[in-house]
Amino acid sequence: MSDFGVVGKSIPQLGSLEKVTGKALYTDDLPFENLHYALILRSPQAHARIVSIDCARAVALPGVTAVITGADYQTTFGVLPISYDETALAVDRVRHVGEGVAAVAAETLDIARQALDLIDVVYEQLPEHFDPEAGKSRVACQIHAHSKDGSNIHKEVNLCFGDMESAQQATVYEAGGEFEFPAVTHGFLEPHSTVAQWSQAGDELTVWSATQVPFYLRRQLARIFEMEQEKVRVIKPYVGGGFGGKSDPFPHEVVVAALSRKSGKPVKITFTREEVFISHHARHPSVIKMRLGADKEGKFTFLDLDATINGGAFGSFGVVTTYYNGVLTQGPYRIDNFRYRGQRIYTNFPPSGAMRGHGAVNTRFVKECLIDEIAEKMGIDPCDFRLQNLLSENTLTATQFRITSNGMKEAIERVRKASGWDQRIGRLPAGHGLGVACSFFISGSALTINRDDPQSIVRTVKEEDGCFTVYSGASDIGQGSDTVLAQVTAEVLGVPLEKVRIISADTGRCPIDIGSYSSRVTFMAGEAARLAAVNLKESLSRGDGNVGVGEYISPKLGGTYKGAGAGLSPSYSFGASVVEVKVDQETGFIKIVKIWLAHDCGKALNPQAVEGQLEGSVHMGLGQFISEALHFQGGTIANANFLDYKMVLSTDVPEIEAIIVESNDPEGPFGAKECGEGALHPVIPAAANAVYNAVGVRLRKLPAAPDFVLSELKRVKRS
Amino acid sequence: MPGVHRISLEVNGVAHELQVGSTETLAELLRQRLSLTGTKIGCDGGTCGACAVLVDGVLRNSCLTLAALVDGAKITTIEGLADGEKLHPLQQSFVENGAIQCGFCTPGMVLSAVALLAESPAASESEIREAISGNICRCTGYVKIIKAIKQVAQAQEKP
Ligand code: FES
Ligand code: FES
Repeated sequence: MSDFGVVGKSIPQLGSLEKVTGKALYTDDLPFENLHYALILRSPQAHARIVSIDCARAVALPGVTAVITGADYQTTFGVLPISYDETALAVDRVRHVGEGVAAVAAETLDIARQALDLIDVVYEQLPEHFDPEAGKSRVACQIHAHSKDGSNIHKEVNLCFGDMESAQQATVYEAGGEFEFPAVTHGFLEPHSTVAQWSQAGDELTVWSATQVPFYLRRQLARIFEMEQEKVRVIKPYVGGGFGGKSDPFPHEVVVAALSRKSGKPVKITFTREEVFISHHARHPSVIKMRLGADKEGKFTFLDLDATINGGAFGSFGVVTTYYNGVLTQGPYRIDNFRYRGQRIYTNFPPSGAMRGHGAVNTRFVKECLIDEIAEKMGIDPCDFRLQNLLSENTLTATQFRITSNGMKEAIERVRKASGWDQRIGRLPAGHGLGVACSFFISGSALTINRDDPQSIVRTVKEEDGCFTVYSGASDIGQGSDTVLAQVTAEVLGVPLEKVRIISADTGRCPIDIGSYSSRVTFMAGEAARLAAVNLKESLSRGDGNVGVGEYISPKLGGTYKGAGAGLSPSYSFGASVVEVKVDQETGFIKIVKIWLAHDCGKALNPQAVEGQLEGSVHMGLGQFISEALHFQGGTIANANFLDYKMVLSTDVPEIEAIIVESNDPEGPFGAKECGEGALHPVIPAAANAVYNAVGVRLRKLPAAPDFVLSELKRVKRS
Repeated sequence: MPGVHRISLEVNGVAHELQVGSTETLAELLRQRLSLTGTKIGCDGGTCGACAVLVDGVLRNSCLTLAALVDGAKITTIEGLADGEKLHPLQQSFVENGAIQCGFCTPGMVLSAVALLAESPAASESEIREAISGNICRCTGYVKIIKAIKQVAQAQEKP
């Protein structure tokens, strides 16, 4: 729309100049006087009792300034108050390979390395649990004592909506199956890094960390060190990507604070790449069983879903994940009869947590594949089949999620047209295929994790030099949230972008924003920034002040059933993807020819940045489809490096056509909603559906690596 | 003294004389001794390209390059690419095309592109893809990075 000045214009992200000239300081780049270096001794055992830890020789090593073990800080913590089950270092027992056992700070990294070698730990092995299925019943030696009935179940969710029985009677077409998904990981490029420093008096703590959630980190540090939150200051420098992998308060962040307290020095830890892998809190591996039905007109009758989710050793976001596997699977379609059982099981793998597209990526894959199967059984085009089952605008889902803006129909139509679907489907040469799939995702959670936290507050000040400073807790992790805040502010105030400065993600200077996760920042912090600017403008025109404050408060939403809050969002994003593949039937190698992705982001505040999110999402989704998987030998990751964990490189990334759909959300800032996560969802099943279209293989497992595809091709040929 | 080497090198046009340890990498030297932290460490193992710099014009992963072995070399890091306030055309193109999200891959990526265009000023798209295949970017899907490099290559194509 032309009536906007700054909003809707493609502009480079704020900070681009600093990044492209090497001036941008990430945590590991920050200069400190007299900095000491921390290292963590990690467990080689997956499940073991710690019989003894002897640190005496390490303590005695010249240059070592602090050594700690689990016994020193036993307070459990985590991101969700219902799952405080991690500790800074293992207390009495290790639960996965790589869990921290002891930590040292020293004058140099070399000395710290030597000190780690001098720590003697005696372990007594315990029964190891690697099979989530087995963890559903009573086990020998539970991973956590709070799991019910002697099992390793962390969380179980049972939900049922509508009338499953009559729905099944009305069903004429049905598809179902069991699908298996391996662990994948975020792969952000900047390894975790944290620096901690205490005040001289020892009563104030400052932490610089590569985090998506400075305010959650502050809360946990205050809890653990028994201080007022105001005495802890968390600063997020530039962050080199997160994708959910920096959205927990982490043990190492507590460890450096503890070492700094003990040594009286600023202490830094920067992970090796291997440490990033072995301590990741990434996408849950899962086994999904699903059945989906449609009546004779081709309307969905029911969805029946069981998810077994491998939680790894700790809780992290897992309770939310367990809900999301179910409730985020229903959209973007109308399905009134819906049963879900989700079980998250503790295992002796590294903890699973949140990763881009959190909670619903695998179940979405299954559903979109089954939709394809039903469309085939009915002899109807899969685009048409989807179109006739969509949720409308302004409606409620079976789970009582409020749908407002909804660009789903347009998204399907746009990828259909752009890909030449109607002219090409069914007429492609042998081995070539097209597939389609859709997505549905939240724009932030309507409920906050800690009930007393506000969602997002922004304070904007008119300075004496005529510029405007925006103070916001929102964390720019490379997705460009600072730019969003600046654009929204400039737009409201009617000033050029250069007049707006952003000070963000510093808990000592900025009002709270609860973090960059669940695709909430543009919608919630963006709206708070808009309100702050509106209030400032009014103040200025009344002449009664130079400060404007805005707060985002989610409307009251949702049903009253147990768990009704999970998956509730003030707005949902929608999208569709078409993928074109060429499958080599001799080798099983899938060549991705092109990917079209249309995503309803409400309003593109910065079209270039939205495209960037869509393209990045496509790339990450494609990796999960084609090559990414963590391989384990026992509890040890066998491919904890970028050579063996195969992300899609520049030589393999196909042409990507990102299409922006604008449904103008009534509650988002200038109509905007999320675009950084939902866009990942449809790519993976669309690719799988394309493989079926090409060679008749229905993939029930990922990744679609050549050896697996080849064996499936042979299996199909035999039957 | 064993294990210590005296080297002289030029970094971004500035001459340095340094004593370096036998196991010290060029990345450590640049980041810790010279405070040139634009060179990033993403893996410290030669697998991501975040630490790429130019050694006598040749692209090298500085995390795998021993400092003792660059005696006498001319090094260019990301900090040395702009001409004062004026960005290198590739830097400019990265900014304008939105090829930068988190920016952690950017220094290595830009230097990869510089090395490519020095060899092959009007590089084709497939040459570009090949040239940056040792640089991991997890944010952009490479789309806008390839576009940014292509734009500069095409500008050089025209007389
Ligand atoms: S840090 Fe040198 S290649 Fe990754
Ligand atoms: S911009 Fe983040 S890794 Fe490339």
